[in-house]
Amino acid sequence: MKKASIIMIIGALLLSGLFWFPLWNIMLGAPQYPEPLGIDIYIDGLAGQSEFDIQNIDGLNHYIGMKTLPKPEDMWEFQVFPIVIGIMTALGVLAGILGYFGKIGANWFLGWLILMTVLGILGMYDFNAWMIDYGTNLDPNAIMKLQNPDGTPMTYKPPLIGHKQLLNFDAYSYPRLGGYLMGVGMLLTLVAYLVGIKKKNKVPSS
Amino acid sequence: MKYKTIHKAAVFTLLAAWLFTGCGNQGKGDNAQGALVSSAAEKVYVAPGERDDYYAFLSGGYSGNLTVYGLPSGRMFKEIPVFSQFPTSGYGYSEETKPMLNTSHGFVPWDDLHHPDISQTNGELDGRWIFVNGNNTPRIARVSLSTFETEEIIEIPNSAGNHSSSFITENTEYVVAGTRFSVPVPQRDMPIDEYKGNFKGALTFIGVDPESGHMDIKFQVIMPGFNYDLSHPGRGKSHGWFFFSTYNTEEASTLLEVNASQNDKDFIAAINWKKIEEYIANGGGKTVPANYAHNVYDEATHTGTSTMKKEVLTVDPTEIPGAVYLLPTPKSPHGCDVDPSGQYIIGSGKLSADITVHSFDNMLKAIENEKFDGDAYGIPILKFEDVLAGTVKSGGLGPLHTEFDNQGNAYTTFFISSEVVKWELGSWEVVDRKPTFYSVGHLMIPGGNSRKPFGNYLVAMNKITKDRYLPTGPEMEHSAQIYDISGEKMELIYDFPTHGEPHYAAGCPADLIEPNSKKIYRLDENKHPFAVIGPDGAKVERDGNEVHVYMSTIRSHFTPDNIEGIKVGDKVYFHITNHEQDFDVPHGFSMIGQNTSEILIMPGQTKTSVWEPKQPGVWPFYCTDFCSALHQEMQGYVRVSPADSDIDLSWSVGE
Repeated sequence: MKKASIIMIIGALLLSGLFWFPLWNIMLGAPQYPEPLGIDIYIDGLAGQSEFDIQNIDGLNHYIGMKTLPKPEDMWEFQVFPIVIGIMTALGVLAGILGYFGKIGANWFLGWLILMTVLGILGMYDFNAWMIDYGTNLDPNAIMKLQNPDGTPMTYKPPLIGHKQLLNFDAYSYPRLGGYLMGVGMLLTLVAYLVGIKKKNKVPSS
Repeated sequence: MKYKTIHKAAVFTLLAAWLFTGCGNQGKGDNAQGALVSSAAEKVYVAPGERDDYYAFLSGGYSGNLTVYGLPSGRMFKEIPVFSQFPTSGYGYSEETKPMLNTSHGFVPWDDLHHPDISQTNGELDGRWIFVNGNNTPRIARVSLSTFETEEIIEIPNSAGNHSSSFITENTEYVVAGTRFSVPVPQRDMPIDEYKGNFKGALTFIGVDPESGHMDIKFQVIMPGFNYDLSHPGRGKSHGWFFFSTYNTEEASTLLEVNASQNDKDFIAAINWKKIEEYIANGGGKTVPANYAHNVYDEATHTGTSTMKKEVLTVDPTEIPGAVYLLPTPKSPHGCDVDPSGQYIIGSGKLSADITVHSFDNMLKAIENEKFDGDAYGIPILKFEDVLAGTVKSGGLGPLHTEFDNQGNAYTTFFISSEVVKWELGSWEVVDRKPTFYSVGHLMIPGGNSRKPFGNYLVAMNKITKDRYLPTGPEMEHSAQIYDISGEKMELIYDFPTHGEPHYAAGCPADLIEPNSKKIYRLDENKHPFAVIGPDGAKVERDGNEVHVYMSTIRSHFTPDNIEGIKVGDKVYFHITNHEQDFDVPHGFSMIGQNTSEILIMPGQTKTSVWEPKQPGVWPFYCTDFCSALHQEMQGYVRVSPADSDIDLSWSVGE
């Protein structure tokens, strides 16, 4: 159980990488943008991949009537996400410590992972909902009002993950370092649970 | 299915292997093996989207500008306005850049730009600045190699025909400007035929601040009244010396083509500037009244300011023992070039078939032994035989300029016989010769005027074009040729027209300059007094009959774009700030009937254009640079009312 608890602590700590590194990234490349514009998504706000990318994406988006990209104060998520991640990191570390001293069993690790997974799915759902709003809730006086071949108004939601063609832009949406660290961390907590269970089955008294 | 994939992979691997070996056989300049001589087309072909290996900065001569090319493609990238008004960008027309062309003669809208030289550190190119000279109204300019804009121009007093310029010492301690005409110093009303013994030639040493690059005249050496044609710095062992070729040591003032060609030998003047520095440090030299302009462009305010300087320090070389010697050199030498080691000083007697090479070591020895052949106005003349290292029996006619490769070879242009001759330093043997088209003046090898030449390409710049291109009437652009010099024999690989008249050029590996090239000016660093920084800063202010419009631009509108309350007789200043912070998104501005050029405003920059409306009406303005899909909509109106109307100033956008 000690080994499992240490893995649990490491896994939970990897989550805190989100305070320093972006969770997600959306890149926008076009013929006239050979160096693509990029948005790094942090848990507490958006940042340009290069310094002026946010401003330049907003400048381009005004043609199709998209809202400007949110500042940290514009979305409650950017206040709540850091608190959630902070609490989950602390809970995970606490579970690991308690496990280390034999106060709790490995099932608590699984419990943490299930909670984190639920929160993660909620986060992704929220992120996707924001992108739908951002990409479809367009200014009716937009300079360019384009239609799909079937006559419906064209929308510009970036992909949740992967590639999508948006007019002349190729949009790519993928996790970044913070997101990968979170994934590895969550995987480690699963490993912690499995290791803990195995030990428990072998030495029931521990 | 699996088998198919493996099969495909194997075919692909084989194909890749073949492609790579195929490429290997076509390596550039590998013609020593002779197995596969790659074609000239391959050598100069830079595929779409690829970039050149070298920047080449060609002087524009009478265009007054500096042109930027790529090597080996010969593609032109930019024309940088330096000494001439340039309506393309508004240089010399905008309020911010007019001061750059101020001189002691007032606003001079043009000059004859001759010799570019890139800044050096330890005798090697450092790619920070390029210096150029204005030949007609003597000036030296410094161009930034991060913004590719003219940042500074300093006028040279006591000088006329600023030709043996603008060459730099090996740590860019000085940029040097020598006078082509000797003139009365100071200028005064006197008979022309009293030239001999009375006119003087000033050689000016301009200090360069190692951080900012700012120029300041440190001293002028007041030399005898010869004509100082070209110059180059010593380097390596001869660092601390500067060499100037002279003609008209006869001191003729009329029909020079005959009268200045009488002496069998003129001189190369060797100046020990370190000795002069010591002399000045010990209180030597004489500060005399002068009047010359010093124009500095500030990147933060995007504005040039012109200051008149009122004195200059002069030194009399005869009062500084050991500071100046004269090296006899045959036949009115033109080019005066120093090899990468600093040992050889090459004088090209332009009326001669031969090239004279002086030895720096021999010169020091002769000085030490005090073996003089008389003096000229008190300046010791060394004996020709004592300083001579060798003579290149070229077989050509009319040698002008010499550059060097990194293999111990020199390349000299021959104007009269229209050719480039490659010869070996030390043996003085001719290795190769190739024709040029036609009557070549200068040549350039990147770094060929430094301790570290890059011996891949040579560019010959010709004075006569004739039949090289489709004819364009009596006036044609000059032609240039690119030679591959990586092998034993030179190979002509390309021919391209140049703009203006290139007198010399400077080349530099792209990787020294490319990473520093600025993409935008930061709006948050814009210190222009009339800049509009925030989105709400746009306004219009009246001060008597002067109206200042604080205007901003972003794709694709002006703020404000409707202005009323302007009156006939007003002087309207449009101060336009480009709010873009995106690479290569300038906006332009032009107003109907404006008696000036348009302006192009780079991202983050502020520029000012003046309009003096003469008739009541509603007058439009628009953006001149195709900035976006809605560029054509980027336009606005100014309402002009009669002088006595009482319409208040108002402005708006989108109302």
